[in-house]
Amino acid sequence: MSTESKSSIPTDSEIVFGILNNSENAIKRLYVAYFPMVMQLILNNNGTPDDAKDIYQEAIIVLYNKVKKGDFELNSKLKTFIYSVCRRLWLKRLSQMNRYGGDIHDFNDYLPVEDEVEEQGERDIQFTKMQSALQMLGEPCKTIIEDFYIHNRSMQEICESFGYTNADNAKTQKYKCLQRLKKLFFQQK
Amino acid sequence: MRDEQLIEAIERYLSGEMNADERNAFEQLRRENAELDTRVIEHQQFTGLLKQYGERVELERRLNAIHQEIDVHAIAEEVTVHPSWIVQLWRDHHSKISVAASIAIFAVLATLFFTGYLNNNNSYTELSREVGRLNRSTTDMKKDINAIKKGRVIAAPDKSRGTGFAITSNGLIATSFHVVNGADSIYIQDVSGRSFKAKAIYNDPQSDVSILKVIDTTFRSLGQIPYTFKHSESDLAENVFTFGFPQDSPVYGDGRLTSASGLNGDTLDYEISVPINPGNSGGPLLDSKGNIIGIVRAKETRLEGVHFALKSGYLLNAIKNIPEDSLTKVPVLNTENALAKLTRQQQVKKIKPYVFMVKVY
Repeated sequence: MSTESKSSIPTDSEIVFGILNNSENAIKRLYVAYFPMVMQLILNNNGTPDDAKDIYQEAIIVLYNKVKKGDFELNSKLKTFIYSVCRRLWLKRLSQMNRYGGDIHDFNDYLPVEDEVEEQGERDIQFTKMQSALQMLGEPCKTIIEDFYIHNRSMQEICESFGYTNADNAKTQKYKCLQRLKKLFFQQK
Repeated sequence: MRDEQLIEAIERYLSGEMNADERNAFEQLRRENAELDTRVIEHQQFTGLLKQYGERVELERRLNAIHQEIDVHAIAEEVTVHPSWIVQLWRDHHSKISVAASIAIFAVLATLFFTGYLNNNNSYTELSREVGRLNRSTTDMKKDINAIKKGRVIAAPDKSRGTGFAITSNGLIATSFHVVNGADSIYIQDVSGRSFKAKAIYNDPQSDVSILKVIDTTFRSLGQIPYTFKHSESDLAENVFTFGFPQDSPVYGDGRLTSASGLNGDTLDYEISVPINPGNSGGPLLDSKGNIIGIVRAKETRLEGVHFALKSGYLLNAIKNIPEDSLTKVPVLNTENALAKLTRQQQVKKIKPYVFMVKVY
């Protein structure tokens, strides 16, 4: 699927197939296309441009995961979906900050997206825990774990870049690191 | 099997590095050993989470990179709702505007108050005929001079005049309160020019009704009153007429009932289009059947041909309220209408003897 055309607003199917094909350009065009809408929503409802960025990126991630999972149905418009998620996220944020006045100025239709937002929230909690567990893990464990489990590098490569004398040492190190990481992760509340 | 080796085996199993035999053996073991099965699932989930975390971090990095390229400030500027200049003006200067507005309102009200504009009566002239002093003074002086020459007693000129009409044959006369208000003495004069002394036995300033009683000894019964009094309200566009004394001889005028309420919605009054003049005040307003439906009383100065008449219901109330000690007997109103079938000329002729000029001294 070619996403090289430069029309200002990409079609929904272009975006969906672009995401499925890991097209960098598709995400970029999506991002540029709907950011002003979200900016308008947030700024007109007591938010700042930074809030708009956070909310919008979170919404893009929700959409991204939904498309990757294959359960984004093209019958709802992408624009409406993004608006709905941002609206939901912003309402949540406002009530957390106790700034919600009970009224949000809508200028678009919106869908019920509570489930998606909720799911995203839970996953975010897991990721935050993972992030701090990795921070606490320290070097070189962090890099070994990231290289092996995230970047899919082979034990051989890792062994070389860390200067381990043999692969077994590296494996033992990696095993210990993983055990510590698990411990750190599950220790957190 | 040591834990480290177990994890390695699980990893090899999950990544598909095992050959078919190993794989079968491992799966066999996994089916038999529930603990191993749990460990496999746990490991799969944890490394899956790690992987997803990595992807998330990568995605966020990409999004941030895209964000860097966007001119956030320009977009913010574009989507912010800019209030119109008038709103802006209000926000910046509302305290000053409020003060200015208060002063302006106060000034207007003060001006209106001092010029008497707020006084509604301005437009409302009572129809009582104030006799024009200039006009009369010459004739009066002439009369006086003649009288002095002839050595006669001077009859004092009347202060104001209106009209009244008989409500009973024994000399109860209805008129407007404002006609007789402040009177030293009251005389009524019939069409043939005979005067009788009368006194007000009941005044109702609220509805502007006054009931007079003739106390002159020369007064004789008027005979059967030809008209009756209407209790209910009359309909719009009813053909009405009046008969009164805006000048020395009686004047007839007719027109229509134009509204069921008077000036500024005053429900005491009808609005009528009968041409009337000062001196008509207190005169009867009759409908085409010869029923008294009201008392003519005032005129709107700003509009031509708009006059008002008190509704007959208030007259009937006034009659009811006459204190008993000022009456020799309870007034009995005529209920037999002698006018209904007559032409207008005949009606007026019949009414004539029952309508009086009210002279106030």
